Amino acid sequence: MAQILSLLQAAIVFGTVILFGSVGEILTEKSGNLNLGVPGIMYLGGIAGLAGSFMYETAAEVPVPWVGMVIALACALAASLLAGLIYSFLTITLRANQNVTGLTLTIFGGGVANFFGGALNNMAGGVGQISVAATSSAYRATLPFLSSIDVFSALGFMVYLAIILAFLVSWFLNKSRKGLNLRAVGENPATADAAGINVTKYKYFATCIGAAITGLGGLYYVMDYIKGTWAIDGGIEKLGWLAVALVIFARWKPKHAIWGSYLFGVLFWLFFYIPGLTRSSQELFKMLPYLVTIVVLIIVSMRRKRENRPPESLGLPYFREDR
Amino acid sequence: MRSAQAAVRMCGITKTFGSVVANDKIDLEIYRGEILAMLGENGSGKTTLMNMLSGIYYPDGGHILVDGREVSIRSPKDAYDLGIGMIHQHFKLVDVLTAAENIILGMDGKIRLDLKSVGEKIRSICGMYGFEVDPEQKVYDMSVSQKQTVEIVKVLYRGADILILDEPTAVLTPQETEKLFAVMRNMRDDGKAIVIITHKLHEVEEISDRVVVLRRGQYAGGMATKDTNAAEMTNMMVGRAVSLNIERPEPIDPKPRVIVEGLTVRDADGVTKLSDVSFTAYSGEILGVAGISGCGQKELLESIAGLQPSESGSIIYIDPKTGEEIQLLGKDPREILSMGVMLSFVPEDRLGMGLVGSMDLTDNMMLRSFRHGKSIFTDRKTPRSLAERVVNDLAVITPSLSTPVRKLSGGNVQKVLVGREISSSPTVLMTAYAVRGLDINSSYTIYDLINRQKQNGVAVIFVGEDLDVLLEYCDRILVLCGGKVSGIVPGRGADKNQVGMMMTKLGGEK
Repeated sequence: MAQILSLLQAAIVFGTVILFGSVGEILTEKSGNLNLGVPGIMYLGGIAGLAGSFMYETAAEVPVPWVGMVIALACALAASLLAGLIYSFLTITLRANQNVTGLTLTIFGGGVANFFGGALNNMAGGVGQISVAATSSAYRATLPFLSSIDVFSALGFMVYLAIILAFLVSWFLNKSRKGLNLRAVGENPATADAAGINVTKYKYFATCIGAAITGLGGLYYVMDYIKGTWAIDGGIEKLGWLAVALVIFARWKPKHAIWGSYLFGVLFWLFFYIPGLTRSSQELFKMLPYLVTIVVLIIVSMRRKRENRPPESLGLPYFREDR
Repeated sequence: MRSAQAAVRMCGITKTFGSVVANDKIDLEIYRGEILAMLGENGSGKTTLMNMLSGIYYPDGGHILVDGREVSIRSPKDAYDLGIGMIHQHFKLVDVLTAAENIILGMDGKIRLDLKSVGEKIRSICGMYGFEVDPEQKVYDMSVSQKQTVEIVKVLYRGADILILDEPTAVLTPQETEKLFAVMRNMRDDGKAIVIITHKLHEVEEISDRVVVLRRGQYAGGMATKDTNAAEMTNMMVGRAVSLNIERPEPIDPKPRVIVEGLTVRDADGVTKLSDVSFTAYSGEILGVAGISGCGQKELLESIAGLQPSESGSIIYIDPKTGEEIQLLGKDPREILSMGVMLSFVPEDRLGMGLVGSMDLTDNMMLRSFRHGKSIFTDRKTPRSLAERVVNDLAVITPSLSTPVRKLSGGNVQKVLVGREISSSPTVLMTAYAVRGLDINSSYTIYDLINRQKQNGVAVIFVGEDLDVLLEYCDRILVLCGGKVSGIVPGRGADKNQVGMMMTKLGGEK
């Protein structure tokens, strides 16, 4: 029982990182933009939040946890929004290839984040490991009314924020007027344009807000998953790609991304709870999330339901054809 | 019935695309309570003119008055605000959305979507005019005619009372057309102004109250439909015969080369594109194919070239050397080539199907020859010398042989394509719109090239759009009308108006 509980907790923490990434990417892809910069944006969100709170904690004599939390949140949002803006400008305004731009953004984000992460570690001095204990404690504090229940006893507020965001994005896409317009932009921008929808504006907003949500995944990773430190081990990138896989697994539906993310978490951590595994067979287990994504892809393409397909103009640039 | 004041008055509207004048100082009035038919051949500027009302284009000259007030229409939204709605030939619908979602797309309103009340309003509009639309049905589940209905309801939902339908019957079955005409009459009786763009005379006679004819971007005439007849309208559409002085040598020793019999072709949607087409193409002769575009010309050429699966019929090719009869149907293009049957095909879309725009002249020549040779390396010398020969012989203007063909002008692209096709010394040469978009000199070069092939005993099938050219250039003219053979007339001494009638009405009878 205790083992299952701890697996669940690990899965939820793991799942929350990719849930942010996925929900943000779903919003982006619904506008027809395939942003493969998810890992890079997560990197940028994470390092910006860490740097912001580090500056605050070294400047303040007695750092107040919630202030550090707000600063980290603001920095993460700003950095990932900026990353989304760069991507939007390149792909929407300059019509650069979306795949190339996204992959470049991933490489760029990883480089920038690890450069500054290393610098922060040096600045922290001592053992050469940065730590923002106060801020991280705010992120890891359990909600007061839930701390008595076992499963929730180690989950910070961002776990719930991710779920709320998933529901919000789902409501927006399916039940709101602007959401309908956004879906039309991703499906058929020419039609949306003819209906008087400002395609460029919708693409920009969806991509930038989507990037901001994605960036929160990086922040959560830094503040909760690795407890307010920085590790140059490519951990964020791995999770970033899983978030992209989760978008496909969830068939572009944020609600499905919620349970999907926890399922990915369970599958990823399963090896830890199965006794007698060697190092190499552990790695095989970590492969499971990708495997189920492929299985889902196969099933979906066999069922041929239009609703399960990606937005029709995903990955294609749009420009009004002028004769 | 019709209102006294014009709902829309267009005065001296001019629109040019580059050097092409699509609309030349056109005046037009549209009244409420009246169905106006816009008649004209393809490229006569009907759609362009109406696109300026619906905000797709902005006129270069002239002005537009709606209800007597001068307006400036810069976007489809502006048009909607003025009550003008256009139903385009290519539907603008999102497949995975429902009818209701498509109808309210982009409209202002509360943040939350209330699809229930939208559905009710749609049903009331449908009830009023006799449409059948299920608001919850997804567009991908709909037939073409249902999609069209959604488009019309969409326009009405947005409060349009001036409706423009661009060739609405092109995609409909006769029964569906009847239904459409019924709702159009209902809308007219409700006091809406309706414009129908068409090139079918019988539709003009059946549905419209007034007709306006455009010819080559100019206003050719307008009158009440009951005061005119098919012959008069055809004359206005095609105009007087013009002398072009194109050379037309007599065919030498014509023998049957391709015999098409009972050819029927359906497209992916099950719409019949060719129906029971039979004709014979002779060697040493140019067989012209006339018809309003979309009447099956493309399908006909593609069937012979092996690019189009057909439902029934036969295409027999007679080998000039052995006299052997070979069935072409059911063979793919490569088989047709390897059997020694040479079909050179110049498709309608030069850069799309004929040439690869980003490749240079030599590489484009290689597209026909890369399979030859035994070595694992491709032979680049032969295609290069061929490219050189084409450039020299046909006076292609290009900076070098390694220039991507998309950087060449339309005429030069066409010369490269035709040059390559005839270099393989074909026995049958098919061309579609060979001179489209070319200047006069380039056009004559192409005519000469094809004439030379004709004199070499090649059977030429020449799909054209300019009747004057077809009449002066071809030995015989096959007229297609709605996928059927309307008739085959000798090119010498054919009457332009008669051919025009055959294009618009099967058999050309009144």
